[in-house]
Amino acid sequence: MREIAYEEIVKNVRDIIVYSASNLPEDALQAMKDAYENEKSPVSKEVLKQLLENADIASSEARPLCQDTGLAVFFVKIGADVKVVGGLLKDAINEGTEKGYVEGYLRASTCHPFTRANNKDTVGYNLPAIIHLDIVEGDKIDIEYAAKGGGSENVSRARVFPPAAGKQGVIDYVRECISDAGPNPCPPLTVGVGIGGTFEKAVISSKHALFRDIGSVNEDPDMAEMEETIKLELNKLGIGTMGMGGTETVLAVHIEANPCHIASLPVSVNVQCHSSRHTHITI
Amino acid sequence: MSKTYHLTTPLSDEIVSELQSGDIVYLSGTIYTARDAAHKRLVDLLDAGEDLPFDIKGAVIYFVGPTPPKPGDPIGSAGPTTSYRMDSYSPRLIAEGLKGMIGKGKRNKDVTDACEEYKAVYFGATGGAGALLGKQIKSAEVIAYEELGPEAVRKLEVVDFPVTVVNDTHGEDLYKIGRAKYEIK
Repeated sequence: MREIAYEEIVKNVRDIIVYSASNLPEDALQAMKDAYENEKSPVSKEVLKQLLENADIASSEARPLCQDTGLAVFFVKIGADVKVVGGLLKDAINEGTEKGYVEGYLRASTCHPFTRANNKDTVGYNLPAIIHLDIVEGDKIDIEYAAKGGGSENVSRARVFPPAAGKQGVIDYVRECISDAGPNPCPPLTVGVGIGGTFEKAVISSKHALFRDIGSVNEDPDMAEMEETIKLELNKLGIGTMGMGGTETVLAVHIEANPCHIASLPVSVNVQCHSSRHTHITI
Repeated sequence: MSKTYHLTTPLSDEIVSELQSGDIVYLSGTIYTARDAAHKRLVDLLDAGEDLPFDIKGAVIYFVGPTPPKPGDPIGSAGPTTSYRMDSYSPRLIAEGLKGMIGKGKRNKDVTDACEEYKAVYFGATGGAGALLGKQIKSAEVIAYEELGPEAVRKLEVVDFPVTVVNDTHGEDLYKIGRAKYEIK
């Protein structure tokens, strides 16, 4: 049994939150540079240039890339041979989240769903974090983190299709989602598509798909092909950067597929803005 | 061909009517921030026949909830939020004399109709460029609803704040024009 101190988890979580707010990860930065090179519309190209400048300023001056510093979302895998000493894993993640958001001068964006009262004064600063936990073999804790903004989350959707809808039904559904969203989710986008499982499994898979590095290839060759097909379809929409019109609407489509019920074809589309602030650490 | 303007607030009917979708504008002077919760309160004040916390005539409202400033800075990162959430409130404020709104994303027909009828424009700022846009804000002061935190109404002094005209007073929409050019059916 390996012992990991509660405080070590708090510190690690705090640090990745502060760092991610100002530093676009290499995969997302490269994808934006590629979009800038490939974009045919001069207007969208100009906006992409502004966004690359923004990434430079954010990183060099340690300013948040975007004022929407998101809700903190975690996918955590804890090894069966790990014992957290000094407190609970979930509490450590929440404490690290609060520290990161307060000490990094990041925005308190969590509130009551109806009164809209900000949680900073009640539950805690930008708490609770959204935590998906899994137990795996080994003696490590694996943490995937993303700051998820509201604008792109607001255009996401899920639906359970009958099996007859098939691949084309899924493609059409994703196209309709991105077309309706237009400029609102801050394109160019990463589009996470969760397929199969149950209703909630599809939704969580679509979220997790956004944590994958842009430019990485799906391990399943059929899904890799489908990702390319959907990406080409979406880039025909002409939405462009921030909806100004252009050829580069989508940076990547990521699919996570699961076995599902013989009666169902669940599909979820989770949308990520161009500021794809995600990171991965192992403790 | 789009034109470039350098304008100082408050904005007049004349200048606002001259602007066309796609024009680039560098705004200077005073602008006010308000998001969802603040908009509801502003409209509630109008319904109650009370004064707004700032002069709406010729004013520009920026839909933004900034990050907290670091010590020594006037404001943190401050890019636009998605504007459709203010659609149910904006026409009322436009009728009272609001001349400009800064945000990102589509507006509904009620808003664009009000822009035509009362002469107002909707400007787009680059979403996700919060670090860059925050640097164009030289001072910030909370003037109402401090308890709303990032959603409080702030009076900002901006210099050459870069925006693009999305919806003008003539019924044009940059998002539709831009997309139509590159859409492959």
